[in-house]
Amino acid sequence: MNVLEQIEKENIRHDMPDFRAGDTVKVHIRIIEGNKERVQIFQGVVIRRRRGTVGASVTVRKISHGVGVEKTFPLSSPRVEKIELVSQGRVRRSRLYYLRDLKGKAARIREKGIS
Amino acid sequence: MPKKIGLLGKKIGMTRIYSEEGVAIAVTVIESGPCVVLQKKTVAKEGYNAIQVGFDAKKESRANKPANGHAKAAGKGNFYHIKEFRVSDPEQYQVGQEIHVTDVFKVGDIIDVTGTSKGRGFQGVVKRYGFKGGRMTHGSMFHRAPGSIGCSAWPSRVIKGKRLPGHMGASQVTKKSVTIVDIRPEQNVLVVKGGVPGAKQGLLQIFTK
Repeated sequence: MNVLEQIEKENIRHDMPDFRAGDTVKVHIRIIEGNKERVQIFQGVVIRRRRGTVGASVTVRKISHGVGVEKTFPLSSPRVEKIELVSQGRVRRSRLYYLRDLKGKAARIREKGIS
Repeated sequence: MPKKIGLLGKKIGMTRIYSEEGVAIAVTVIESGPCVVLQKKTVAKEGYNAIQVGFDAKKESRANKPANGHAKAAGKGNFYHIKEFRVSDPEQYQVGQEIHVTDVFKVGDIIDVTGTSKGRGFQGVVKRYGFKGGRMTHGSMFHRAPGSIGCSAWPSRVIKGKRLPGHMGASQVTKKSVTIVDIRPEQNVLVVKGGVPGAKQGLLQIFTK
């Protein structure tokens, strides 16, 4: 095997659940403050999932105190403790950038399996 | 000329690794060495101290007779790439000795990496020197041209060194102060932080500092 592939294989994480754009997830992030470490949970809608090996990432959007917040997490980063799938959404595209222009009721995503 | 030993290498490609704290580091993977000492050069004979090394084994049937004759003393076959490294004392090395990554480098070292940058062909001043150019629309008749290249009746010529369109890239570039992130001796691999000049599979000269 190619050395490059081998290095990527060592750095890649395979413990991520199967989720896609439109799903609601809880991302547990390790936060290092000084020398203390704690876990913070960021819950929101996946608006983009970038495929790839070590460079794969996910962008999660939530509304926090009336302000839209988006965070992008590298999926292979050890800073991400785990990702929990909360619910699956039914959406018709893979990049949900249109949610940025919507708010309130219009920004809801229909749940999968419920018509 | 740095009087420091180094190695020859080949760029394999780039990827990303994560440190234990979770910091993503862009890295370049370099296949480096082993280099075989082919000749020692001394002040007494050649006028300067250096060792000549070969990298990337080549079949003897692919090399010509003079090249094979030159490599014969080392007894390790012939090589695609032969370069010199200036060293203060060539007598430390023996002809035929193999120099491996771990002999020269260790993790955390700062190195300089020299390579040949990717060729871009004949390019205009906007790409080559970062000139601003003009606007594309709104009746502009000045797009990507270099503009005025000098005065008129005096001096009646273009001053030397004026930045004009021409061949870009494919030149020797040294990236200084590159940090070694990881070494894999069993695969002769160096993993360094950031990018290095040139295309994949390109020859690199790696100097210790």
